[in-house]
Amino acid sequence: MQYFNDLVLILDSTVRLAVPLILACLAGLYSERSGIVDIGLEGKLLGAAFAAAAMAAVSGSPWLGLLAGIGVALCMSAIHGIASINLKGDQTISGVALNFLAAGLTTFLGQSWFHRGGFTPQLSADQRFNPITLPFADQVKDVPVLGGLYSELISGHNILTYVAFIAVPVTAFVLFKTRFGLRLRAVGENPKALDTAGISVTGLRYKALVITAVLVGTGGTYLSIAQSAGFNNNMSAGRGYIALAALIFAKWKPWPALLVCLLFGFLDAMQFRLQGIKFPVIGEVPVQAIQALPYILTIILLAGFIGRAVAPKASGIPYTKER
Amino acid sequence: MATQTSSKQRLETAAALAPAIELRGINKHFGAVHANRDIDLIVRRGTVHGIVGENGAGKSTLMSILYGFYTADSGEILVNGKPQTITDSRHALALGIGMVHQHFMLVENFSVLENVVLGAEDSPLLAKTLNHARAQLKRLATDYGLEVDPDAIIEDLSVGQQQRVEILKALYRGAEILILDEPTGVLTPAEADHLFRILRTLRDEGKTILLITHKLREIMAITDEVSVMRQGAMVKTLVTAETSPPELAEAMVGRRVLLRVEKGPAAPGKVMLEVQNLVVTDDFGIPRIKDVSFSVRAGEIVGIAGVSGNGQSELLESISGMRDQLLGSVMLNGQPLSLQGDDGAHRARLAGLAHVPEDRQRMGLVTVFQEWENSILGYHHEYGSGPGLDIAKAKAEAKERIAKFDIRPANSDLKTANFSGGNQQKIVLAREMEGNPDVLIVGQPTRGVDIGAIEFIHNQIIKMRDAGKAILLVSVELDEIRSLSDRILVLFDGHIVGEADPATADEGELGLLMAGVTKDGHAPDAGPGTVPAHETLIEKNLTQMSPQDNKDKSGLDE
Amino acid sequence: MSARVPLPRWVDVALLPVLNVVLAFLIGGLIVLSVGQNPLDAVGYMIYGAFGYGSGFGYTLYYTTDFIFAGLAVSLAFHAGMFNIGPEGQAYVAGLGVIIVALMFNGLHWALMFPLMIIAGGLFGAFWAFIPGYLQAKRGSHIVITTILFNFIAISLMGYVITKILKPAGVDSDESAPIQAISRVPQLREFLALFKNSPVNLTFLLAIVALFFVYWLVWRTKFGYAMRTLGRNPTAARYAGISSSRMIMTTMALSGALAAMVAVNNVGGVQGRLILNFVAGAGFVGVAVAFMGKAHPVGVALASLLFGALYQGGQELAFSMPGITREMIVTIQALVILFTGAMGDMLRIPLEKLFARWQRPAGGG
Repeated sequence: MQYFNDLVLILDSTVRLAVPLILACLAGLYSERSGIVDIGLEGKLLGAAFAAAAMAAVSGSPWLGLLAGIGVALCMSAIHGIASINLKGDQTISGVALNFLAAGLTTFLGQSWFHRGGFTPQLSADQRFNPITLPFADQVKDVPVLGGLYSELISGHNILTYVAFIAVPVTAFVLFKTRFGLRLRAVGENPKALDTAGISVTGLRYKALVITAVLVGTGGTYLSIAQSAGFNNNMSAGRGYIALAALIFAKWKPWPALLVCLLFGFLDAMQFRLQGIKFPVIGEVPVQAIQALPYILTIILLAGFIGRAVAPKASGIPYTKER
Repeated sequence: MATQTSSKQRLETAAALAPAIELRGINKHFGAVHANRDIDLIVRRGTVHGIVGENGAGKSTLMSILYGFYTADSGEILVNGKPQTITDSRHALALGIGMVHQHFMLVENFSVLENVVLGAEDSPLLAKTLNHARAQLKRLATDYGLEVDPDAIIEDLSVGQQQRVEILKALYRGAEILILDEPTGVLTPAEADHLFRILRTLRDEGKTILLITHKLREIMAITDEVSVMRQGAMVKTLVTAETSPPELAEAMVGRRVLLRVEKGPAAPGKVMLEVQNLVVTDDFGIPRIKDVSFSVRAGEIVGIAGVSGNGQSELLESISGMRDQLLGSVMLNGQPLSLQGDDGAHRARLAGLAHVPEDRQRMGLVTVFQEWENSILGYHHEYGSGPGLDIAKAKAEAKERIAKFDIRPANSDLKTANFSGGNQQKIVLAREMEGNPDVLIVGQPTRGVDIGAIEFIHNQIIKMRDAGKAILLVSVELDEIRSLSDRILVLFDGHIVGEADPATADEGELGLLMAGVTKDGHAPDAGPGTVPAHETLIEKNLTQMSPQDNKDKSGLDE
Repeated sequence: MSARVPLPRWVDVALLPVLNVVLAFLIGGLIVLSVGQNPLDAVGYMIYGAFGYGSGFGYTLYYTTDFIFAGLAVSLAFHAGMFNIGPEGQAYVAGLGVIIVALMFNGLHWALMFPLMIIAGGLFGAFWAFIPGYLQAKRGSHIVITTILFNFIAISLMGYVITKILKPAGVDSDESAPIQAISRVPQLREFLALFKNSPVNLTFLLAIVALFFVYWLVWRTKFGYAMRTLGRNPTAARYAGISSSRMIMTTMALSGALAAMVAVNNVGGVQGRLILNFVAGAGFVGVAVAFMGKAHPVGVALASLLFGALYQGGQELAFSMPGITREMIVTIQALVILFTGAMGDMLRIPLEKLFARWQRPAGGG
């Protein structure tokens, strides 16, 4: 029973740690499926986290915080869009610039506004997104196995967690069962096919960037006002890049993206659990090894040693009508 | 003749109606280039109207304006007698104008059905749209002979089938006026005939068809009227039945073309280039050259004729060391040549093989480089003894070549992109010829080159032959092959299907060979891109190789 | 519609980049203004901090040293058509090479130790960049993604090595044993009193040498010619018989070796030991420097000096104007990358129109 409880606890923190990855990964999915490489996910997570925490602290409402988070992500997406869609600049460079912009501005503005060394004020419970107890969770708690799973693992998360998990089937549906999804997939593969069919490539790509911003903005909001009680410096801590790695790992598909994000979240959860524990034969597993594992796994995948990750054909290439 | 009278009838009937399309005074500039100047055109309803002109005459630009892909700088467009401002493709489609592009606008990993509905979905949810389209496609297939499996993935289809998908796309959108841009460039003659049958059916059903081509044979075969374009201007419009290929050819180029090149008889020496059992695959691991053997002697030009897409590119690239060969051998001057690896072209040059590539801008030049830098491309290791590059020597030689080959402007410091197509080709030609190679392989030497430069280039190639070099010429221009070559080999579906003597072979005989019909009357059972049913031993080997063995994918080209 | 006239060379090479940088600074100024601070005051403090006194100037040059190496690393890869975002990790791992030879021969005179540190650090940095190069060349893995991932792996790897292996027993902070004074790269203040207590050291002169070396390599050698061919047109490189796989691996290794000199500067010269995260973002500044300097050594030198001044001046600023943190510099860095890199052509079309209008009356047409 002890092991079972441990397992539930690990899975529970897996879910918590996977949420921002899932949201950022799906965000990247929309963008990259439309042909826009988004290295800037990291910066958008960070910018949104800061905006959400700052707004929640000032207004007292987590919902306004969410709006602010999404708003900042939208602004950053707009810059990315202008640079890479309108000006046909290098999408990687634009993304790198956005990451620095977020890193610099969040600290600078945080210090200027709140004078707490880059931290935003500690948020009280009603300024955050709090755990929701699903119906009957308390009643079934004592039912062996299933009851525990339901009350501990499925119930008791905040609204944004459920949003993240619902976003997966929604994305799968949008991508493969709707007109918008068909066009989105087409514009990332062969934008000319759409242009000659009379559909605006620019318009579609901007739509994709808006969805990207909403998702990644929600992810950033989750970091600062759902998972934590305020913003601190560089709190995205590379999650945007992990999400990008997960996206490659998942071969730009929504369900695999969920699985990979859960796997990376699980590794993250294990990192704290395994600290100091000595295993037979191999001894203590260095925490750094587990930290690096998602990156190493992604590189092995990218190197084609376990299957092949083929990106949407037109991703990273600005669309120009040629002569 | 039946078709001629009906053509006449069609024109008479159509004359009473408002023209399907009327263009008045269309102008379009691209930077300094005046691509279309004061174009007037009338296309009558229910007819096939041809537009001919050389490459770069402005045909594709004009059609792109009509299709709303570009906006004209000035001028008027009337569709069915009503003035229209066609702002984008969607608008053109709404007016019933559909276009089949030269390079297909298909999403390769989508199904036929998905491609057909893309952009014309009638509901936000796909299921309904796709069901509707499936029924529609079935109807179109029976009406016009456009059979394609709706669930096939585009990249698995032959080129001819992909083109049918493009036509289906236009018809699905209710196109009444169909523009086809160089539709036969990538087709085998059999596929082209099939296409023409489809076009006739469409015309008989009342559709108007605009056919853009530079092939006079096609104009004569299918059009009712023909308009000739030259250097961005509309020269004249003629009734097809009342004109002739020579008249059209003259209108296209503006003066009598000297198709025959002045050359003496060849004096072939010993075998310099020998290719044996060559097998080459394309980027996707599909065999494109299948067991090809031939040889070229010193002092002769061997021409490889064939419809584009039958393995020409792969043949050129593998012999020049740009693409790994799967099987077979290449011998140069009796010595086996090792061409594998991404520096194969370097070893080929060291062995005495020079290469004028078929696509000079993509392969043969770095267009942002200065002229002198391109003048040493592939030979840069010969300039300077240590690690340093002897720039003074390179510039001095570039200047000599500029004078010798009359490259204009005569400025070795100028960015290569600022030279015209013909002068860029001369830069490549000068570099490859001045290296004094034993063997010269030349791909599409006059593609996109102005007439004056064509003569110069042809004469240089003959000069090389007379200097005792072995020359392999690959061109899709049959006239060029016939006038330059001393021997003609015909490439079809990755095989050499026959040899002909340019002095005696007639166009019909060569045409049959190019269509894969050999002298024993064996007709091809497959177009390019499909492996014939009878697998040879080699092809069996091929299918056992995994795609990962194909290492030529650095990913940089993407 | 009038034809697009190409801009004069001086506009393309000098005016446009300068305008883009000015734009980045203007927006930075607006941000400072928006939090109620005076940007002109800020600029004043920064200029004074960066150039106004000896040790301040020394610090500026110390930062400049790091940025030149990182900027050259990015630039070199750029000429071969690759975007190496990994100098941060390459410099970090190179620190290991530097500290290994330094501790192995601890006490050796610096004149011998300096070259040893350059070689060992260079090899480690080259190795860390070579792997992404190898994966790109042989396995087709995209170099942007792999170099980013290698930055993170470097953090984990070096964290482990420093805390679990190099940290001497009985020491609290996470760092290696110190290098003896005689073995450390000498500070320039030992030769010039001007630099007072600033950390600028002999590695600065090495950076100047590296600028000339990269110019020679890229524009004056056969290797550089092949590299530029590959960078500009990979198909033409294959046509010319230039082995792209070999070029990619060699160039990446060289790029990593250049980035590695950041470790010589910091581990061998300034800290005298290996500490956690000593690179402190210098590798990323290299990206901004390379774009701003258009990957040319002259541009890289100027951009590095500018960023060196910004970093040092930013310190001064944080002291003098408490409302402004040093991270404002990261924001400027981001704006510079954005305007000179991703949006580099934003001002091009207005400029082209301006020049076309200018030239037309002169041409009499």
